[in-house]
Formats: sequence, structure tokens, C-alpha cells
Amino acid sequence: MTLKTILGAATALGLALAAPAFAQDPTKVGFIYVGPVGDHGWSYTHDQGRLAVEAEFGDAVETTYIENVAEGPDAERVITQMALGGADIIFATSFGYGPEMNNVAARFPDIKFEHATGYMQEQPNISLYNARFYEGRAVIGHIAGKMTETNKVGYIASFPIPEVIMGINAAYLAAKAVNPDVEFSIIWAYSWYDPAQEAAAAEALIEQGADIIMQHTDSTAPLTVAQDAGVMGFGQASDMSGFAPDSHLTGIVDVWAPYYIDRVKAVMDGTWEPVNVWHGIDEGMVGFAPFNDKIPAELVAEAEGMIAAIADGSFHPFTGPINRQDGTPWLAEGEVADDGTLLGMDFYVEGITSEIPN
Amino acid sequence: MIRLEKRLAPSKRAQYLNPFLAVALTMIAGGLMFAALGKDPIAAIRLIFFDPIFSEQFGSYSRPQLLIKSAPLILIAVGLAIGFRAGIWNIGAEGQYIIGALCGAGVALAFYPMEGWFIFPLMIFAGALGGFLWAMIPAILKTRFNTNEILVSLLLVYVAEKLLAGMALGLMRNPDVAGFPGSRDLRRYESAHNADLIANTGMHWGVVAAMIAVIFAYVMMTRHSLGYQVRLAGQAPRAARFAGVSPTRLVVTCFGIAGVLAGLAGMFEVSGPSGQVRIDFASGYGFTAIIVAFLGRLNPIGIVLAGLLLGLTYIGGELSQMMLQLPGAAIQVFQGMLLFFLLALDFQTNYRLRLTKGARA
Repeated sequence: MTLKTILGAATALGLALAAPAFAQDPTKVGFIYVGPVGDHGWSYTHDQGRLAVEAEFGDAVETTYIENVAEGPDAERVITQMALGGADIIFATSFGYGPEMNNVAARFPDIKFEHATGYMQEQPNISLYNARFYEGRAVIGHIAGKMTETNKVGYIASFPIPEVIMGINAAYLAAKAVNPDVEFSIIWAYSWYDPAQEAAAAEALIEQGADIIMQHTDSTAPLTVAQDAGVMGFGQASDMSGFAPDSHLTGIVDVWAPYYIDRVKAVMDGTWEPVNVWHGIDEGMVGFAPFNDKIPAELVAEAEGMIAAIADGSFHPFTGPINRQDGTPWLAEGEVADDGTLLGMDFYVEGITSEIPN
Repeated sequence: MIRLEKRLAPSKRAQYLNPFLAVALTMIAGGLMFAALGKDPIAAIRLIFFDPIFSEQFGSYSRPQLLIKSAPLILIAVGLAIGFRAGIWNIGAEGQYIIGALCGAGVALAFYPMEGWFIFPLMIFAGALGGFLWAMIPAILKTRFNTNEILVSLLLVYVAEKLLAGMALGLMRNPDVAGFPGSRDLRRYESAHNADLIANTGMHWGVVAAMIAVIFAYVMMTRHSLGYQVRLAGQAPRAARFAGVSPTRLVVTCFGIAGVLAGLAGMFEVSGPSGQVRIDFASGYGFTAIIVAFLGRLNPIGIVLAGLLLGLTYIGGELSQMMLQLPGAAIQVFQGMLLFFLLALDFQTNYRLRLTKGARA
């Protein structure tokens, strides 16, 4: 690059900055990820959403992201730097960013903040959004209940928080409904993303006789273990069939793109309002990877029927009668769980034999 | 045949020049890497090393952040360096840091919501004690049963991490928030909040503690007999024993000092910048401090500079990710290069390659 071109570029830049009417300023959109974008799980799907925003709006947006941002002071610094960098809207995609995001939002009232899976909404410029993953869990639970031959389903869980407990319950209830003999073995990985530990958990579960592995962790390791052992499993967050073509039955896919496009559009139009949404299959936030050919056609039809019923509201995965694990009644005949109870779920339903660790 | 030969008199000047050379080499090699990734290397280096301090857009926010990020690194590294000087390898500062934070936060949460002037001092004491006791495990196992302190202290980090997760999910979980892990926010509990002493300067008690620790360590290493014992034990263990230095006492002392400082760092972090006991509270300060200690030549003053430099690469690394969309892993490689080049330069200062003819008898 010669001095002349640099000067030329600088002049052009100066002109562009000096004449805002000349071209519309692109809307700046920032994303904060808790993991690497290459995890093929949680952060990867959010980045797919970011790319969809770019594809939708082209030159009218400018997106940026920072990956591997630890919850805590690092997150506050990164979000602040993004705000100072001129972002118009910032998506932060881990629930632990809550306090930091609220702190930053208070300092930058003109910037819009969107917090995935969070619960703190103390500022008027913060939105919360989350997906009803339990709906997807119910569908794969149904498939697992029908497909297991040993009647043992292995479940790799991350942390004992409501989100994860809700998923275990939803999958178990659906499996039990079609297979009264089904048993769930649950191993807690105490991590969202730890391929080595997830693989070890999958091996232990298979050794205990499980022929189906479910995971609420983000790596593809459990599926590759299942593939090698000749048992079946379900993907997590994105379509993981490429990692285990024979074993991958289907998987819950996080689809953030429609929401992200919608919210960025609202910022462009000046119609952005804070929301607190919990979207499911109906709104398209919870999707599914393609069904493996191993699943019999009639079971595919059942699963698709279930997906349709959840989408149109005629079926709710938590419909009574359901008892708690200790036998006390939770939902009466025909009663449907309310969102508040689900979001704070700290108990197993009746029939699960292990205990929630403390 | 190539043979390594220890230099009889390694250059003193090289020892002090090497860190600067390592930084320069890292800039060159890192720049090449950034260029290979299709990014403007000059802009990237500028964003990492200069913009956090000098940029108009980011500087006024980043400068205080530099203190916040560097203070725990310096505090931990000063303690570790004393042990490293004596040839005592405490690799588990991360664990001592976590336990210090848990003990400090535990005191605060036990008193919540009572307000009182005595709570914060008590938390400081608890944090120091927690780090000290956690460090005593590898120290006593070494002196009593001659276990390897590197292994024991490192493995105890994983125990501490599990304990941290257990606390965030169980005993210390905020009861007011349905089901989410993480303790109450200590920043919203006045008696326990380690706030900026002057608002928006980043100067919290942890920064003050780091300064005091640096001064104490400097005086101790240069003026006090304990410093002499440490240096002697590191350079000539046999001679140290003849001179009456008790290896047992030295191991316990070095681990104790490092444990106290790491515990304090954890406590100041959990009550200030972090605010909460949460599952991933530990962000690797205890391990990064090892790099800081060596980059700072195990010298308290050097450690201050090294801590600030590493803090800078973190903050600048985030800026370059955001502005240039450099991958996060490239920044980690960049930080790794710093240690790599330093070790390589040190190696060539202390050894030389000799070409010899034929096999040695």
C-alpha cells in the first residue's frame, strides 16, 4: 500500500464520516459468546444466527463477535468495549452474563441489549429471550422410548439447574409414556463443554447397558463414542449427524436466526421494545436435525405428529397427571405446567430413580 | 553431533534484555500469523499493545480495567516467584485463589444482610486463611511423605474447581433467584463490596494489596535473611542445608506465602470485579500468574511490568477480536508465543550448542 492510497482511503473515510446523509450508516450488531464458535454446539448456533443477520441485511449491517468470554468481569469489560465501539445492539448468549449486562445497559441507555437465557431485566434497554428446549426433549424422549432395546437410556447432563432438570423430566415422561419399562441413567458432567469428560460419561453409560445416549452438553464427543460402540444417540444444538452418521437419530437444533433478524430489523426501524420471550417449536426457535433412516417410518410419523401437536398447542409435554419423584402430586389430570414452575424446576418427576446432586 | 553445553557465566545483561526481546519477537511472529490469517498485522499489534491505553475511544475505560485485570496476576505471581526462586514448585495457585474466594465470600454470605465495618476485614482474613490452608496440603504432604508438590498442588486445582461448582449450585446459591447457580452479588452488599477506592479508577483493595506485596517481597528478597535462604536453597540446595536452612521450613513458608497471596487475590476478586461465586469464577489467573512470574524474572518489580503487559494483551486481544475479527484462539497463541520466546531466549543464554565430532565415550 502506498502513501497515496492510504491518504486516499483516509480522505474517503473522512468524507463518509462527515456526510452521514450520503449513505445510511450500517447498523452495528455485536455478539458475545461463552464458547468458541467452532464448538458445533451452543455458541456455533448463535454464530449461525449472526451470519443469517448478515445475509439478510447485507451492507446495511456490520456484525462483530467475541468468543470465549468468561462470565464475570471479563464479560463486563467486553460488553462495555463493544458499546464503546459503537454497537447499536448487543446479543450476549450465556445466562451468567446477567449482572454485567445490566451494569453496562445502565451506562449506555441508547444501546439495545439482548440477553439469551437470562433472568435479570433491571434496565429498560434489556430484552430476554430463551427457547423451550423441553419441547424438543419430549420428542426425542418419545423416539428413545420406542427405539431402546435394553430399556436403558443414558443421559449426560451438564449442571443441576432448572433448564437441565426440565429437559430430563420432559424426555423421561415422553419415553415412559410409550415404554413403561424405560430407565434413565444420568451422569453429571459439571461442564457445558468438555469433550474428554463427555466421552468418558458416554462410555460409562454404554457399559451400564444403555443403548441410547442423550446429552445436555455441547460437544460431539458422546455421539462419536456412540458411533464407535454401535449404539444410538441424539445431537445437541446443531445438526451433528456428520459426526456419527449411523448413530445420530436426530437432534434438537437451536434456531436463533429468525429472532435475531427480527430484533435487528426493529432497531433499524426504530421500533425496538424490550421483551421477555420464551419461544418454542411453534415460533421456530426449536428445530430438529433430519431423522435417521434407522427410525421406522411409523415412528417418524408419530414424532412429526407430536411436533405438530406441540406447535399448535394441542399437546403440552408437561400435562397431568404427573407426580413428583417422592410421590406427591404435582399436576392433576389434564392440568398443564405453568412457565414459572418450569423455569424454577428443582425436582424430578416420579419414576426417575437417581437423585439431583447437591 | 550436536551437544548442549551449560555456559559457565550466563550473561547478566541478557537476563534482563530477554523479556524485551521476547516481546519484540512475539510482535514479529504474531504479526506474521495475523497476516497469514488475512488481517492487517500492524493494526492488530496496535490494537493489542497501544489502543487499550492510548485510544481516545477506549482508553478512558481500558486504563482502569488494566489495573483490575493485572492486580490479581501480580499478587499471585509475587507469591509464586518466592517459591520458584527456592526451587519449590507451587503450580496450584489457581486452587488457592478459588478457596480464598470461597472463604471470603462465605464470611460475607454468612453475615448477609447485616451491615458492619468489621465484615470486610474479616473477609480479608478468611480469604488469606483459606488460601494458606489449601496451600498447606501439598506443602505438608511434601515435607511429611515426600510427595511431589507439582503434582499435588496441580491436582488440588481440580478439587477446588469442583468445590466451587458445588458451592455455586448448592450452599452459596442465591436463594432469591429461582434455580440459577451463583451466589448473591456482593457488589450489591455494601459491607462486603470491594469497591473502587476512587470511583472509576479501577483502584480497589486488591490493587493496594498487590502494591504492598510487591514492596514487601522486594525488601524480603534483598534485605531479609529469609530472602537469602530462599536464594541459597534455589541456587545451591546442598550448601543451603550446610548453612542451616531447614528445607521443611522453607517449603512450608514458600507455600504459605503464595497461598495467602493467592487467597487474597481470589477474595478481592469475588468481592469486587466478579461479585459472585459462580461456576466459572476461576478464569485461569493462577496459571497465567506462572507466566507472569517468569516473564518478570521472578523479581517483584519485573512482575509488576509483566503483569501489566499480560493484562494488556488480554484487553487488547479482545479489542482486536472485536475490531478485526481475529479468532480468539489466535490471541491465545499470541500470548503463548510470549512465554515460548522467553524460554527459548533464556535457554540460549544459559546453554550453547556445540558441534562435536563422533560419539562421546
